[in-house]
Amino acid sequence: MNMLDHKAMKKRMKRRFRMDVLQRLFFVLATVASLLILLLLLYQIVKQGISYIDFGFMTQFSSRIPADAGIAAALWGTIALMSIVTPVSLLLGVGTALYLEEYAPRTAFTRFVELNIQTLAGVPSIVFGLLGLTVFVYAIGLGQSLLAGGLTMSLLALPTIVVASQEALRSVPRSLLEASYALGATKWRTLRSVVLPAAFPGILTGCILSLSRAVGEAAPLLVIGALAFIHYVPVNPLDGFTVLPIQIFNWMSRPQEEFHSVAAAGILVLLALLLAMNAVAVLLRNRKQKRY
Amino acid sequence: MALSKRSRSVGSVRMLIRHNRKHHRKEQLLSKAVPVLLFTAASISILTTIGIVWTLATETTVFFQHISITHFVTGKEWLPFFRTNAQYGILPLICGTFLVTVIAMMVAVPIGLGCAIYLSEYASDRMRRTVKPLLEILAGIPTIVYGFFALTFVTPMLQTIIPKLQFFNALSPGIVIGIMLIPTIASLSEDAIHAVPSSFREGSLGLGATRFETTVKVVLPSALSGILASVVLAVSRAMGETMIVVIAGGATPVLSLNPMQSIQTLTAYIVQVSLGDAPHGTIAYYSMYAVGSVLFIFTFFMNMAARHIVHRFKGGYS
Repeated sequence: MNMLDHKAMKKRMKRRFRMDVLQRLFFVLATVASLLILLLLLYQIVKQGISYIDFGFMTQFSSRIPADAGIAAALWGTIALMSIVTPVSLLLGVGTALYLEEYAPRTAFTRFVELNIQTLAGVPSIVFGLLGLTVFVYAIGLGQSLLAGGLTMSLLALPTIVVASQEALRSVPRSLLEASYALGATKWRTLRSVVLPAAFPGILTGCILSLSRAVGEAAPLLVIGALAFIHYVPVNPLDGFTVLPIQIFNWMSRPQEEFHSVAAAGILVLLALLLAMNAVAVLLRNRKQKRY
Repeated sequence: MALSKRSRSVGSVRMLIRHNRKHHRKEQLLSKAVPVLLFTAASISILTTIGIVWTLATETTVFFQHISITHFVTGKEWLPFFRTNAQYGILPLICGTFLVTVIAMMVAVPIGLGCAIYLSEYASDRMRRTVKPLLEILAGIPTIVYGFFALTFVTPMLQTIIPKLQFFNALSPGIVIGIMLIPTIASLSEDAIHAVPSSFREGSLGLGATRFETTVKVVLPSALSGILASVVLAVSRAMGETMIVVIAGGATPVLSLNPMQSIQTLTAYIVQVSLGDAPHGTIAYYSMYAVGSVLFIFTFFMNMAARHIVHRFKGGYS
């Protein structure tokens, strides 16, 4: 007696194997598609923008004539903004991480701070803009200035920096600390001379990634009131300012088709800046990474 | 000679002691001061949260002194810039946000999950090491660039396929936000799938299941909590996404689920007001905060949900 219906089984197996191949194809396609989109996106921007990039574009200010438009104000605005954001968010972020990892007692308050940071990380960036508008622009009275924008962006970058620094600090082996304590070092001395140097590459990588997020962010600064018609390089922290993404947004929303190409050129500058920042992060990580 | 040497050494020991004391005092002072300074830094993050909640609450209260809450929550028209008879019904903005989010998820979930499954179940180690950083590039591209892509490439392309499509529409920004969120879903889900112990797979394969059946019936259910959490996080980010919808979505708050026409999301309205359509102190200005509060509440609950899912299902597969 034949217990198995060979014909039916064969048919069924065929279908199962076909499904297997089909699904596998889908998974591969999904991956290939997302990489292709990346290529397409970059290709579109390079194609449109590359012809507008020249010395004049980098050194001139924005103009009503596409051919004369330049990105100097926005580029220097971004650099000026980041020179406020970097120290403020680094000090606060690494400080918070150090406190949480090394000093904080395991109390409800500490847990609350950690929960709070995770919540902040999920708040949409535009809400930070509303915070900045009320607190920094109107309540403190900084006006629509570089300083107000810088402080807002620092708060925006803070949660990711804290999380990255916490991870880096946690990865420092306890035996190093114990060795330092055994030699009679105080807690702060241990942190400064042992823990921080060991965690430095990790902290730096996380910070650069988080700061490069801030460089590309436009929404909170739009809310604060960064302007697009700036014809000077901002030097005073209370000056009005513009940054690359806002300048690009402004060019994009103009009706003339040529300005789309100018916007693409601006995007190329922005991407180049981000690439440079990330390259530094990768370099530092590779150079300073030590295994314990 | 010997005496002078000794006295010198005694002198230097004294100096050393003095120096050590001074040094010690400095260290003591630092040891006391540093925790206080670090604590101050840590409290800034709490102050930020308090600042956000306080800002939204006070300005929204001012708004509700002029507009009734019921009108705001149930109104079907959002016409804040009308001189007379301005309407402040939030539903059209919520509808626009919802529409864009759903479209984004329809793109991001299948592709992101596909990537995650491919990377963790099929790809070789070398492949994974090359593909993952490339996907991270996709995650690191500023949203303004995605907005440009939506406006100058995706919209025209869609218009050749669907001639009825308006120049500003919900479809194009939705798709592009979906593309933007692929890496979020892919990398978080991949972590979850990777955490499923290989004994599960081996057991299933040993019973004669195909690779696909193993993935769908064994691996994915085991990793479900992580996958769900990644999707919920992606939803929260899609709702808060601003520049892409501002650039490609238009500025027409409508209560309709038609993806072909121009819409406005919660975030896009906030940008519209801050671009100068309403001066400081007007009702339209305060409405920006009311809309911001709604957005904040939505994303807050989404993030809470994601955290809850992860904690609840935090499995012990070991």
